[in-house]
Amino acid sequence: MNERRNGLKEKITNNQIWQSMFRHGYEKTGRRYTLQVLQNVWLHLHPPRVTRHAINFRFTWCMGGITFLMFLVTAVTGVLLMFYYRPTAEYAFRDIQYLEFDIPFGMLLRNMHRWAAHGMVIAVMLHMFRVFLTGSYKKPREFNWGVGVILLLVTFFLSFTGYLLPWDQLAFWAVTVGTNMARATPVLGHEGPFAPQDIVTQANDVRFALLGGTIVGPSTLLRFYILHCVAVPLLASVLMALHFWRVRKDGGISGPL
Amino acid sequence: MEHFLLLVTKPDNVPIVAIVLLLPFFTWLAFSQGRRNDLAGTPAEAALNDKVYCWPYLCRNEFLCAIITMLVLGIWSITIDAPLEEPSDPTITPNPSKAPWYFLALQEMLVYFDPWIAGVVLPGLIIAGLIAIPYIDINPKGKGYYTLKERPFALITFCFGFFVLWIVLMVVGTFLRGPGWNFFAPWKEWDPHKIVPLTNVNLSYLFGIRNEQPAGIFGMCIVVGYFALGPIYYFLKRGTSKFLQELGLVRYIVVSFLFLTMMSLPIKMILRWTLNIKYIWVSPWFNI
Repeated sequence: MNERRNGLKEKITNNQIWQSMFRHGYEKTGRRYTLQVLQNVWLHLHPPRVTRHAINFRFTWCMGGITFLMFLVTAVTGVLLMFYYRPTAEYAFRDIQYLEFDIPFGMLLRNMHRWAAHGMVIAVMLHMFRVFLTGSYKKPREFNWGVGVILLLVTFFLSFTGYLLPWDQLAFWAVTVGTNMARATPVLGHEGPFAPQDIVTQANDVRFALLGGTIVGPSTLLRFYILHCVAVPLLASVLMALHFWRVRKDGGISGPL
Repeated sequence: MEHFLLLVTKPDNVPIVAIVLLLPFFTWLAFSQGRRNDLAGTPAEAALNDKVYCWPYLCRNEFLCAIITMLVLGIWSITIDAPLEEPSDPTITPNPSKAPWYFLALQEMLVYFDPWIAGVVLPGLIIAGLIAIPYIDINPKGKGYYTLKERPFALITFCFGFFVLWIVLMVVGTFLRGPGWNFFAPWKEWDPHKIVPLTNVNLSYLFGIRNEQPAGIFGMCIVVGYFALGPIYYFLKRGTSKFLQELGLVRYIVVSFLFLTMMSLPIKMILRWTLNIKYIWVSPWFNI
């Protein structure tokens, strides 16, 4: 049995095609474990080795990883959703209904996208909580904590821009309430303190820039769609790359030594 | 009560219920490890300082974690459908209109502060304050392990802000605020005709100041005096307190400003509940 298994393994791995893709062997040595990480683009963010406490769930809670996983889920389901959705006031709501009732697994797709987004917000809060409680923001990780705070903000904004897209009453009024705050921005909002009268008006303040109008309307839908599907995910990706890279450059996951 | 249960089981409120259940667990997890480390004198992680290979040991854990998470997400997505209400209609305003759940602490703050503070200044200061934390916390202890007694001020401040001013306000905003943003206990029906007498007065009025200008000066004195508490304490104590000398004036001013700003929210809340205070400082340009 063992011989047959080894023979099969030999057949699969000992040929030009396999070896062109996977350059390491499968012997149980430290050298191979190191190469496995170093020679794999998906794994190479890891160092070859970490301290033992870093693989302990009780210590890490794995919340940063879950946040990233949720981001990936929303990215994949989001791309699939984009095939069925048009960001115009005429079609947006109908497309969601179509998605729910006519597309195979459309409802599941939408559910996964929405709940993964909510899950990401939960995980990112818990991740921040863990990082604070273990004092992991302390020197030399000060800057990366700051990047993380911006990523928290980006997560909220991703979720918030996506909230409008179903174009139902829930979406419309949640975003109306949320963006109404921008009216009151000091100096830059038309109802804010110190806003120069007759210069900053309803039709040119920060809220107008965000909504593309004086109320939430079709141009808001388009703006939020582009922010949600292109601009903010790009920003999040760049910041995540920075965040993960800095985790390694700052000495890996924090520990007492 | 029935209506409260309906509210709690609304699909979009599931994340809040999840947080309310998850947070005590994770708090217990962290605090029990902190207590263990404090009692032992050395953190348990210090004993686990030998190295292990990422492949397979770390990757295996990540994979396991991903599978379990996807399982939870899968079950969540199969059993609970994302909400879809009527098509949007700018002419029909639902009462209450609520922001997404993760912004409800901010919306709840609107009860106590004007929008420019609750919606713009305070969120901005929360972000700035969070980013500032590593630079103003000069305590070298408690880096990379759970502890309770080595950094009490940092833990108490953060947990107060996170639990009370973020999570509790979020829960109140979601579950206990009904039509007209009035407060409704869980067992009360949401009555859209509930009338709450508006008896709130400004602080200066309470002190018998009826004219606009003296009232403004009075309010300014209170607010400026409140924020001056920090520097005053510094100059009284800097001679004797080694901690303040190490912290330095700039860091201290940032810490005290952020701390006093954070505490202004519960102070304003208590003033509203007990003395029906509307504003502390009324000026022609803004009200605080």
